Amino acid sequence: MRRLVFLSCMLLLGSGFLFGQDGDPTQERLKALEERIATLEAEVKTLKANQPAGPPEAEAATSVPVSAPAAAPEAAAQAATVATSTTPTPLPVYGGASAAAKILNPDISVIGDFLGAVGRDPNRSVPTLEMHESEVGFQAIIDPYARGDFFLTFGQEGVDLEEGYLTFTSLPGGFVAKVGKMRSAFGVVNTLHNHILPWTDRPLVTEHLVGGEDGINDAGLSVARILPAPKDIFLEATAQVFRGDSGSVFQATRRGDVLTVGHLRAYRDLTESTNLDLGVSWARGHNDVGTGFRTQLFGADATLRWKPLRRAIYHNFLFRNEFVWSRRDQLDSTQRAFGFYTAADYRLTRRWTVGGRYDRSGQADMASLTDSGFSPVITYWPSEFSQIRGQYRFTHYADGRSGNDLLFQFLFVLGAHGAHPF
Amino acid sequence: MDCRHNLLRRAGLFVFSLLFAVLTTEGAARAASKIKIVTSTTDLAEFASEVGGDRVEVESIARGYQDPHFVEAKPSFLLKLRRADLLILVGLQLEIGWLPPLITQCGNPNVQLGAKGYLDASQFAEILEIPTTVVTRGMGDVHPFGNPHYWLDPENARRIARGIANKLAEVQPDGRAYFDQRFQDFSNRLTEAEKRWNAEMQPFRGKKVVTYHRSWPNFLKRFDLISAGEIEPRPGIPPSPGHTVELIQMMRRDNIKVILVEPYFDLKTPNSIARETGGQVVVMLPSVGGEKEVTDYFKLFDYDIGLLTRAFKATP
Repeated sequence: MRRLVFLSCMLLLGSGFLFGQDGDPTQERLKALEERIATLEAEVKTLKANQPAGPPEAEAATSVPVSAPAAAPEAAAQAATVATSTTPTPLPVYGGASAAAKILNPDISVIGDFLGAVGRDPNRSVPTLEMHESEVGFQAIIDPYARGDFFLTFGQEGVDLEEGYLTFTSLPGGFVAKVGKMRSAFGVVNTLHNHILPWTDRPLVTEHLVGGEDGINDAGLSVARILPAPKDIFLEATAQVFRGDSGSVFQATRRGDVLTVGHLRAYRDLTESTNLDLGVSWARGHNDVGTGFRTQLFGADATLRWKPLRRAIYHNFLFRNEFVWSRRDQLDSTQRAFGFYTAADYRLTRRWTVGGRYDRSGQADMASLTDSGFSPVITYWPSEFSQIRGQYRFTHYADGRSGNDLLFQFLFVLGAHGAHPF
Repeated sequence: MDCRHNLLRRAGLFVFSLLFAVLTTEGAARAASKIKIVTSTTDLAEFASEVGGDRVEVESIARGYQDPHFVEAKPSFLLKLRRADLLILVGLQLEIGWLPPLITQCGNPNVQLGAKGYLDASQFAEILEIPTTVVTRGMGDVHPFGNPHYWLDPENARRIARGIANKLAEVQPDGRAYFDQRFQDFSNRLTEAEKRWNAEMQPFRGKKVVTYHRSWPNFLKRFDLISAGEIEPRPGIPPSPGHTVELIQMMRRDNIKVILVEPYFDLKTPNSIARETGGQVVVMLPSVGGEKEVTDYFKLFDYDIGLLTRAFKATP
């Protein structure tokens, strides 16, 4: 190509020179030639743009990194695309000669959750020091139609499959379906893994009415769809059917004792920095009293977020409330309990966050017993991939006793852990 | 019993009607002829608009003054994505913290990874800083596939625009000539603008600068400038006192006076470094829309080069 342009230019200049020999070198002609050269330059650039980008010379020779953490499947596929379609650069695979086979492996991550406690709480015993949970994640795109996510948790009591599900991402009609074991879409906190929580523990209402740390987490099917709504309002409905076993909240004794969960979410950006997120949830299943004894849960949640886009990494604010009503059939009566928490978090700087939570909840099997408490929390972020958190927890129990705990937590992420939904 | 059956039948009919209404309404909306494009950043939106003209509708998820690494995966973005015919992203893991969950949740088969409407612009561009050694998080938030801020080179802009034009022609074959003509026009204007930018930057070739984050390798390479260091001790790690002192000493030693900062970083540390070294902080825009008046790619370079040349002149 360069030769072609060079020859063209030489020809043009040469012809100009010849004309000059004729003794008629007008300014107009020179100008025309200059313009012609400029046009040719532009054409060369355009043709170059049509060609694939070559790697920079320095990188081209040595662009095979030796080792790296497992990369996201998206990125891996991107790399494959780059290599095949545009450059002769070898695939940027990692981990040595056998890495070409590993590139299709799922993203693997480990999240450590180390918890410590001092103080005294008569009803909630937290060991002085414990490796509270180690979550191992495997995440990958399975085929053009689905992706898979597995999260195994290693805790003090053994290994558990926290979640393991298949998500169908290419269904017609805008539906997104999941199959497997998953945290149900009841409320907000129930959907969150421990390491996403802004506290070291879960609110009292979760512990009393929504199954504690494991929450409503069961094998089942889930279908979600964004619904038509007035402009700029996001409205999403989720319907789920589970086997019916979720810790102490729901228990199936027969095959037909399934648990059904519904969730409706409405979201709107109030400004570019502020948004409001509202949700209502419903769950109905059988409880541990026996067949024919049901538990119904109704939930409502409201979250207000503020995050200025120009300073998103330095400051943000979140105010969240979640209310749960429980109706539980028992041998002698139907217990109607209510609980809620209200929490706020403020990011002071890039590394420091402060927050607090107020809890109040009746107990599912004895609604008249209401516990309450509050927790100030402070978190330090050495980087995106680790957090150090301190939380003072005061709890006033219905039996008149009180708990005073000082909890501290170290959270750390190894490997490629996929981003969580908003 | 009959009453119950009737009730169930009515409920079933209602749900079916609702579903039918939802699907047909959306089907009608999709029938519109314009190609709906969602891009992750404003720069890609700019390239798509340039070559797509009035045959496309383009929306960007991130704003030009926002750090593209830390965009929130808001549900409102799902509303954009679910109707998109084409998603164009920067790639190289720039959006890894927020785009994958949006793609998974949007319920739009067109924009899933590997689908016809998924376009990773990095495949067209010259990528710099591809790691050649073991990559660990000890190095900070390093992108293992290379630096994703590649759009800040006009030559890459041209290549990306060409790639987008080809993709648009694939989506709408009868528009090929139109997209090619639009690309040609963009490319010609870029060629003219490059002459101006090169001339303005010519006196400062070989100059060293300090940057906050490694956002500028393509820009610096294009204009023969040299990055002497970053305010972040490692990518994504906030400035530390020790590293800042070392940086000040290095800047004094090498007589480096210009500090480039993206609009989403705090200016406290850059300003204190500038005070100590007699330097100047330049809030350069990495993206279109970083300021109100920077409405296109040409104005982005005009703005940045204007700031930079003034800063070089003020700090000889």
